[in-house]
Amino acid sequence: MPSPRYRREMPQRYRLEAGKCKKCGKISFPPRLICPACGSKDFEKTKLTDYGKIVSYTTIRVAPSDFATQVPYNIAIVESDNGVRVTTQVVDCKPEDLEIGKRVKFVFRKLSAEGHTGIICYGYKAVPV
Amino acid sequence: MRDVYIIGVGMTKFGELWSKSLRDIFVEAALAAIDDAGVEHIDSMYVGSMTPGLFVGQEHIGALMADYLGVAPIPAVRVESACCSGGMALRLGFFEVAAGNSEIVLVGGVEKMNDGADVTYALATAADQEYEVYQGVTFPGLYALIARAHMVHYGTTRKQLAAVSVKNHRNGALNPNAQFPKEVTIDQVINATLVADPLTVLDSSPVSDGAACVILASADAAKGLQKPLVKIIGSGAATDTIALHAREDITTLKAVKVSGERAYKMAGIKPSDVGFAEVHDCFSIAEICIIEDLGFVEKGQGGPFTEQGHTALDGKIPINTSGGLKSKGHPVGATGVAQAVEVVEQLRGEAGKRQIKGPKIGLAQNMGGSGASSVVHIFKAE
Repeated sequence: MPSPRYRREMPQRYRLEAGKCKKCGKISFPPRLICPACGSKDFEKTKLTDYGKIVSYTTIRVAPSDFATQVPYNIAIVESDNGVRVTTQVVDCKPEDLEIGKRVKFVFRKLSAEGHTGIICYGYKAVPV
Repeated sequence: MRDVYIIGVGMTKFGELWSKSLRDIFVEAALAAIDDAGVEHIDSMYVGSMTPGLFVGQEHIGALMADYLGVAPIPAVRVESACCSGGMALRLGFFEVAAGNSEIVLVGGVEKMNDGADVTYALATAADQEYEVYQGVTFPGLYALIARAHMVHYGTTRKQLAAVSVKNHRNGALNPNAQFPKEVTIDQVINATLVADPLTVLDSSPVSDGAACVILASADAAKGLQKPLVKIIGSGAATDTIALHAREDITTLKAVKVSGERAYKMAGIKPSDVGFAEVHDCFSIAEICIIEDLGFVEKGQGGPFTEQGHTALDGKIPINTSGGLKSKGHPVGATGVAQAVEVVEQLRGEAGKRQIKGPKIGLAQNMGGSGASSVVHIFKAE
């Protein structure tokens, strides 16, 4: 993960910052310049709620090189309580603990590292509650 | 718009082609198509390829292939739309002939995936890099998320998913160009190594090298050829959110649905008029969603329909007579063009042991990413 790209996305990855359309109320995560629902360009800053539920899930057994040492790990699509869906790892649980509809909480965790001496990339993961 | 015909097809065997290079396989397929068409020249060329830059460190392959095919200085450009690069290249070639700009156009697709790249990483670049791949998702992972939701919402079973792979391997076993021309059983698919639960390695298309080419021509240029003519009667394309999680319903491939509707409209036909189809079975669940979203079967019925044998070579609507991506192989940028090759061979009655009876209208559907883009072409025997 090249550093400029990583730094740019920090508000979303660290603080779950999103954009709420002032016209139709749809929340876009990450924030967009144009609302995909109504086409408005007028947004206010908001956040995803800390809690949500699993929409679907899987366990990755074959990973890209950046994640090869983490396998197996769980991935889910999680819908926050304010209706925004994200793809995230679900940790601190076993694959068999997951199910569609299960409640989870977003937590702040390390995701990967840029080699042995580069930056450590943080972001959100989810844990069952 | 002018009528557009396919007058020549050619492809390499798909597989691990260790002794051949990216340019070698493209030229091999192109020469086969030119020879099949019996044309003396081509006016321009479109080359579908997903990511030769990541797989072999080579970009600018429009010019490279024109150079090595010995057809420079004709216009040649690479077309990229992830795994539907080949299908999109076909669409551009179709419009170029239809618009009257060229009489004869070569459309090719090529990918070399086995030269040592991190294939999982390269393929994942077709997903949302910042909000899916950053979290560690893979392509099998995205389709596994679709599969799990489809199983819960529609009752699709693990066995029904496996039935897609079993059927496609049965067809592929009859295809001399297939990467894995051998049959597999339901038990083998279910008990194979898990890639992303619930999908196993035998639910997944392989990593392949390969190239495929077709020659498109106007009615004037096609006149007088001593072979059955195949006409392109419909072309439709569509896009959807790049991230799977952003879709209203992750079990519906909206881009497939819309691209299909657009192609049906141009062709003036209904889904029930389609005799057979090549569809983008990158994973078993994809074929189930696609046959639903193209309107061949009601939403949610793709699993039972497949399990009951209706998509087999002798079924109501044969799907992936070539063996599909699963058995024939999936050199990502070549796949869309190879689908057209299969449809043309079937419509000409030249599909050998896997030939279906008296086909009139065939369809090819090619998809990019987790369904963020899709292109559909409809072909008719004349």
